[in-house]
Amino acid sequence: MEETLRQTCLHDSHIALGAQMSPFGGFDMPIQYGSIIDEHNAVRQRCGMFDVSHMGEIVISGPQAGEFTGYIFSNDVRDMPDGKILYGMMLYPDGGVVDDLLVYKLSDMKWLFVVNASNIEKDFIWIQRHASGFDVKVDNFSDFYGEIALQGPDSEKTAREVLGLELKDLAFYTFMQTELDADGSIGRGEPLIVSRTGYTGEDGFEFYGSFAQIRYIWDRLLAAGVTPCGLGCRDTLRFEVGLPLYGHELSEKISPVEAGLGVFVKTDRPDFIGRDAIVRQKAEGTARRIVGIEMADKAIPRAGYPVEADGEQIGEVTTGYNSISTGKSVCMAMVRKEYSAPGTEVSVRIRKKTFPGTVCKKRFYDKNYRK
Amino acid sequence: MAKVNEGLYYSETHEWVRMVDGYALVGITDYAQHALGNIVYVDMPDVDDEVSADEEFGAVESVKAASDLISPVTGTVTETNEALENTPGLLNTDPYGAWIVKVRLAEDGLPGNLMDAAAYADFCANL
Repeated sequence: MEETLRQTCLHDSHIALGAQMSPFGGFDMPIQYGSIIDEHNAVRQRCGMFDVSHMGEIVISGPQAGEFTGYIFSNDVRDMPDGKILYGMMLYPDGGVVDDLLVYKLSDMKWLFVVNASNIEKDFIWIQRHASGFDVKVDNFSDFYGEIALQGPDSEKTAREVLGLELKDLAFYTFMQTELDADGSIGRGEPLIVSRTGYTGEDGFEFYGSFAQIRYIWDRLLAAGVTPCGLGCRDTLRFEVGLPLYGHELSEKISPVEAGLGVFVKTDRPDFIGRDAIVRQKAEGTARRIVGIEMADKAIPRAGYPVEADGEQIGEVTTGYNSISTGKSVCMAMVRKEYSAPGTEVSVRIRKKTFPGTVCKKRFYDKNYRK
Repeated sequence: MAKVNEGLYYSETHEWVRMVDGYALVGITDYAQHALGNIVYVDMPDVDDEVSADEEFGAVESVKAASDLISPVTGTVTETNEALENTPGLLNTDPYGAWIVKVRLAEDGLPGNLMDAAAYADFCANL
């Protein structure tokens, strides 16, 4: 079964830049333009930009939009001011994860869900199915939004100098709505959302707009010398700071508590989908947990490789790399709880041999957010 | 366009063989290193390990993935390139200089179906 790959509004630019393209979440996406290592380091040291137009945008609107968001989303949206963003999950009743997402509160009547590309259809159906008892409208605008992530310590300065956007007062996990015209004028033209968010562990911003606006921003940043970065380094960057990727560290079979993300499920509030399962998991603990493992050698643990201890398999690697920022071979892995304490000696089977490693925190590099 | 070097033998899995003083040096081609991207780790066999033509003898790892190394020859490993332990990126910067293993060939250890430079260039052009 071959599915036609979709293209983002920046596809032509990726081809012109000679990007190595690969399918991701149903889209033909750039993995790298030159070197993943160079792109990774650009984001850690200066700034880089990502086409993340494949991400999904679903808007919940109507008189009960806030109430419904609180029912289907794991985090507590009750006291959220307009312009605030929360990270969390949509859960199945058994505590498994439909998707992890960002929720943007535009107003009491209007909420934006930013979801993973690979889950857009599933999420939309899930949301619609549960919306029937609420006075809300659910719209999937994923085909109409483009999105760019500008990430790295120089992002704020770059937005100011290249785009004329002053973002110094935009707090972490908040957003502003402005307008951007075809000639680059700020404050008139089509609406544009800018948030201080990202998926790299660095300061940075995400821009949501029309295809024309997103092409304009991309071209301006490119002309100013900002490094275009592919999904290859997006994964190495998020991994190093311990951020989860749906399908690896979270899934319908991996709950937020198992992933060490229970803090994003606020159980001290009335009914929401998945509440009972998570209350139980938080009270009783889970039989397995996601941990970090630092390898003694350079051999690289990859997703799916068995984790062993005491002569048997006790888990499996979920994501692993030779960390670009630290040079160490490290991984996140799902292991049995008895082996989850930091300092526990385990080994990872890599091809024909096993290599020793030590359980550690699943953050291999410190985040550098500007809060 | 990937570079090829005259005088080497090439496999369809993008390894090369250079015969030096009766020993076979084995590495990966420019096409291979380009397709892999930044190489960050090379999993090499031990000295005295036997390698067999068309069988895996180690792996090269790019940032994103591990790829098996398939031996183009049959014989015994007499040396591994220690420089690759700390500088695996040599496979990117100097693919035809950075050999991975040195092999003492078994009898008929150099298969007759390996390609010469021109044939391999054609092979890559049609991939």
